[in-house]
Amino acid sequence: MTAPPLALLAELTHRCPLRCPYCSNPTALSRPGEELDTATWSRIFAEAADLGCLQIHLSGGEPTARRDILDLTRAASEAGLYTNLITSGVLLNGTRLDALAEAGLDHVQLSVQDAEAASADRIGGYRGGHAKKLDFARLVTEAGLPLTLNAVVHRQNLDRLPAMIDLALDLGAGRLEVAHVQYYGWALANRDALMPTRAQLDAATATVEAARAAHRGRLVIDYVVPDYYATRPKSCMGGWGQRFLAVSPAGRILPCHAAESLPGFDFPDARVTTLREAWEASEAFNRFRGTGWMPEPCRGCARAEQDWGGCRCQAFALTGDAGATDPACALSPHHALLALALDASDRAGEGFTYREPGRLPQPTPAPPLT
Amino acid sequence: MRPDTVPRLARGMKLREDKARAQWVVLGPERMFVPDEIALEVIRLLDGTSSLAAIADTLAARYTAPREEILADITTMLDDLAAKGVVTA
Repeated sequence: MTAPPLALLAELTHRCPLRCPYCSNPTALSRPGEELDTATWSRIFAEAADLGCLQIHLSGGEPTARRDILDLTRAASEAGLYTNLITSGVLLNGTRLDALAEAGLDHVQLSVQDAEAASADRIGGYRGGHAKKLDFARLVTEAGLPLTLNAVVHRQNLDRLPAMIDLALDLGAGRLEVAHVQYYGWALANRDALMPTRAQLDAATATVEAARAAHRGRLVIDYVVPDYYATRPKSCMGGWGQRFLAVSPAGRILPCHAAESLPGFDFPDARVTTLREAWEASEAFNRFRGTGWMPEPCRGCARAEQDWGGCRCQAFALTGDAGATDPACALSPHHALLALALDASDRAGEGFTYREPGRLPQPTPAPPLT
Repeated sequence: MRPDTVPRLARGMKLREDKARAQWVVLGPERMFVPDEIALEVIRLLDGTSSLAAIADTLAARYTAPREEILADITTMLDDLAAKGVVTA
């Protein structure tokens, strides 16, 4: 019997006014015409609750680019799911936000690109975006909704992490997510421009630890560490097909939002397959579930059920084999690739390949193993 | 927290039944707490008007247990939950 998932990530659309170079969407973005309709999403939300999901993340792209965001929020809330909106905040005014709260929205997670407007607008590729976000954050707390600030951090904004923490406190956020960029898709194409230095990483970790202690009981800080300086991989998604599932704008049911980058999969289509069938019986969800699929050095490793072999998407992106041990593990025969990437980023410039529909960046070629 | 503190679930925290796993959970942003039986009972008594002292009275009457001991126990428990951001004074 497969344990049920805890959370559903609903990527309602890939439309977004921002163009962040580390966007977690796949490089092949869904077109608006492919998006699921209101009724199908509503059915999916009810199926998720029935399957055992407790939380839903309404995300994208920018989820409020959907004209039916109010109906979708209501459907998620009525299904009994803890409903979280993950937004850039640049498309919503106070009236619509109040209506979302009325429809049952439980929580808002707002992204910021930096603490300083000029840099934030450059990173997000959207002029005036930062100022709009600050206005939006105030509307969220005025509406009585709890606010999380999400700061994706990298070489070009990490030096202002203390200011980002101050910003979270000023805006009345109860929670701050400090997330180092994870390098798949768009972020992999921009890896050289985003990779932090070791000194920046160490400073950031110390800053987070000090701020956690200083603001205990007022601000919760979640910290997502980067793989490239690690010696053991992260427990990606808490294990493939174990706690989490995602549905793409076009209705693909996925074990993680980046899984569509993996070749050789037939991911179930939510238009014709229930979430339960996909979760319990599909080949895609079962392929990397548990430990039976693992190669050496994961097989028999004492940590196999802690990190579950790390991230399948990273394994594929760096080694060409989705079934390989995540190279973030020092025991992986490909671990040296990470050091080579750090070395390359040391000498790289700051220019971005922005996330735009129809633009397919060339993935950073893996340096040869020598 | 002091005996006259009125604790409540923090903004964004919700107590929900988790039928698939036959338990009750407190849900928050990217968070989930599974309270044990005693914590669940205390959380259910957080109505936004009852003080810690009043909650201790209720539990002492319900279990015919020593009130001061209960007050000390739930103060520790709620301080811990407050540090985790689950409850607020």
